[in-house]
Amino acid sequence: MINTERNRPQTETTYALDITDVCHHYGNIKALADIDLKIQNGEFMILLGPNGAGKTTLFSLITRLHQQSSGEVHINGFNLSKNPQRALAQLGVVFQQRSLDLDLTVEQNLKYSATLYGLSHKQRQHALDLELERVKMQPYKDACVRSLSGGQARRVEIARALMSNPKLLILDEATIGLDVSSRELLLRHVRSLCQQGKLAVLWTTHLIDEVEAEDSVTILKKGRIISRGKAYELAASRDLEKIRKAIEVLVT
Amino acid sequence: MITATGALFICFNGILWREYLRFIQQKGRFIAALVRPLVWLFIFAAGFRSILGVSIIPPYETYVLYEEYITPGLIAMILLFSGMQNSLSMVYDREMGSMRILLASPMPRWFLLSSRLLSSAVISLFQVYLFLLIAWLWDVRPPLLGYILILPALLLSGLMLGAIGLFLSSVVRQLENFSGVMNFVIFPMFFTSSALYPLWRLKESSIVLYNIAYLNPFTQAVELIRFALYGELNSVALLSVIGTTVFFLTLSFWSYNPAKKTFLRIK
Repeated sequence: MINTERNRPQTETTYALDITDVCHHYGNIKALADIDLKIQNGEFMILLGPNGAGKTTLFSLITRLHQQSSGEVHINGFNLSKNPQRALAQLGVVFQQRSLDLDLTVEQNLKYSATLYGLSHKQRQHALDLELERVKMQPYKDACVRSLSGGQARRVEIARALMSNPKLLILDEATIGLDVSSRELLLRHVRSLCQQGKLAVLWTTHLIDEVEAEDSVTILKKGRIISRGKAYELAASRDLEKIRKAIEVLVT
Repeated sequence: MITATGALFICFNGILWREYLRFIQQKGRFIAALVRPLVWLFIFAAGFRSILGVSIIPPYETYVLYEEYITPGLIAMILLFSGMQNSLSMVYDREMGSMRILLASPMPRWFLLSSRLLSSAVISLFQVYLFLLIAWLWDVRPPLLGYILILPALLLSGLMLGAIGLFLSSVVRQLENFSGVMNFVIFPMFFTSSALYPLWRLKESSIVLYNIAYLNPFTQAVELIRFALYGELNSVALLSVIGTTVFFLTLSFWSYNPAKKTFLRIK
């Protein structure tokens, strides 16, 4: 289903992502509590937290793999529980675990994924060329995914996530398993996507060195948001000059 | 602007296309699916032809060779293995991560799961018709019209067996456990059915076994196919296959519902 303006709820401010009072339990275990998170159109936000903080759980609530125990999630104004089809049509996703079909080619993977969003043959072909070009993977169009490096596969996953022209891109620990140069390349690419247009990005990570001074940062710990703001503001609030040190103090 | 129905159609085509790509890439799977029933037809049926005599029972109007009797059962066997293979593939997709791409897409979940099922059933038709062609060369020659009339019976039976597999895929969490579950399901279903011997023969041996076989949904699929192959409709089998399909599909939709916590071990 391609993006449409029809049936969009008219609210004062439409956020790319609007999470309100979300809680989630696994049996008796409380995985997330009182989560409030808003991302504006075109904003790049880093969701930072140690392993086990609840980042992936939050991620699976946004992608509707799980349904939150309470609270509401809106994507570009659409309620994820009440109108999941419209809400998910606004979303591009890169999961932590690789999710490409290893035995298919890059082109086959991307085209298959685009059909799940209802893109026509013409739209699929146009989006395929555009997005592969953007991640510099056009020469690998006919390559089997199994033969790609980790960094290349990630770039293909980003191209796939953007084929349906989403308003919000979410990436869950996308740099895991990549070497330093691939990590930097990937992060730079996603930041540039944000700067180019109105794409909002939620970048989930536990790696503090991926944070830059101007980034909006939300810190998740033990299922709760413990701090948020611009990275330099967080550093100032801790009376520490080094952002990295300030965030380390917050996270640990 | 693509309509919602158009988007669903594109989505189904995409899922079918992927199933087809995977199918042609897994030549071993195709050959195994074909060799298995052929071994039964060429060796087992030949060996047991003289021992297991079949009397005149509907839909047959005369005595038939044992090879001819077990052909519908072997067709159902292809569908059974295909359905289980599909569910194994669902568990594999879940382990490998590609299931999440499917489930996080903006299409209704029931539609995505149904499309996977239908795609698998359509792909298995190739195997069935190739098997029927070889069987024809082996002198198993049902009426020509039967080859067309069998088509809806094959699709329905394929959907039913796929739905059972789909439900299993939602409750089995690890790929390693799945082969055990498959053996636990496939062999009891196949052997306590009318695939290899008519139910009245089972009744002679054990009334309990007869009742189990009669209630076995696989028996009903075999009989639906058998009757359709000879241009007849077995209403009891039809209703039973539809009912079982609806039952397991409903259970599967429930299991894959994000609000339920049965299918929540997506890594």
